[in-house]
Amino acid sequence: MTNANNKKGILQYLKSPNSAGLWFILLIGFAGGVIFWGGFNTALEVTNTEEFCISCHEMENNVYEEYRETVHYANRSGVRATCPDCHVPKEWTHKIIRKIAASKEVWGKMTGIIDTPEKFDAHRRSMAEREWKRMKETDSRECRNCHNFEYMDFSEQGNRSVKMHKDALGTGEKTCIDCHKGIAHKLPDMKDVENW
Amino acid sequence: MKKLLSVVMVLGLACTTSLQAEEVNSGGVESLRGSSTLDATKKADEMKRVIKDKNPIARNYVHQPPMIPHQTRGYRVDLNSNKCLTCHGWKYANETGATKISLTHFETRDGKTLSDVSPRRYFCSQCHVTQADAKPLVENTFEPVESLGNE
Repeated sequence: MTNANNKKGILQYLKSPNSAGLWFILLIGFAGGVIFWGGFNTALEVTNTEEFCISCHEMENNVYEEYRETVHYANRSGVRATCPDCHVPKEWTHKIIRKIAASKEVWGKMTGIIDTPEKFDAHRRSMAEREWKRMKETDSRECRNCHNFEYMDFSEQGNRSVKMHKDALGTGEKTCIDCHKGIAHKLPDMKDVENW
Repeated sequence: MKKLLSVVMVLGLACTTSLQAEEVNSGGVESLRGSSTLDATKKADEMKRVIKDKNPIARNYVHQPPMIPHQTRGYRVDLNSNKCLTCHGWKYANETGATKISLTHFETRDGKTLSDVSPRRYFCSQCHVTQADAKPLVENTFEPVESLGNE
């Protein structure tokens, strides 16, 4: 048979009653796929909550306590950010990449690399630098999830904010994390850190 | 044993007599916050609000540590970092437009000049304070000096 005949043949097959089994399997598979995807996504989103993050005592006793004293925890308007808002990207591709990289954190938990306050403080600088580097590379993408420079009302901001945002952010010279280090957690030893 | 028993009895009688006595008004407490009686709970004052961001405040006398005209919420000054100096240090003051720390901050107690901030001046908030909209508690007739820009 020719190619044209084969194509017609497939279409004819799919329209015929013989293919009912195939259609059935296809539909069941599709529904199963939806359910699986939903379940997978739900499980992924569970790991994206503050509750999950502080289920490790390393996080709950150190960075969570520090974060509780900051403006992202409690403020005038009540609009706040929790762990995933700053540390997990919102777009799907970036989020999945981050989630795969987070298996390193599971390993860290198992080996107990920061499971005492002393060990945590010894690693604080390297952990902070990793996060600063990530934010600098993405132009503070996670900050911009909520804080949109284009819609900052300079008539509402204080003198210092207006000046610094215009000069640094407006010109593209700096990004949020360059000045706002320590906005959520205690700073490590800042020796030799730029702009500090 | 007998002495102990008699002492206990006397004390017990004393307690019962005081319980039956009427409530004595001791006159209350006078303080800068006004007067209140001991049995009444005074309503708490409104929380003071720190000035968020405003132009520099004129000083009242020479050598006064300038007051902070902005809020300093969350600014840490510790062994790891000094947030104040990231704007007010000589390195960054041109960029930020902030008042530089004066040269007195680089001097030791003996008058020697160091190459960086002297440890005795490192903790800013020991001398510099933010301002809030609080009325003076005590009337006074203090006049600031005219040479520093006060009327």
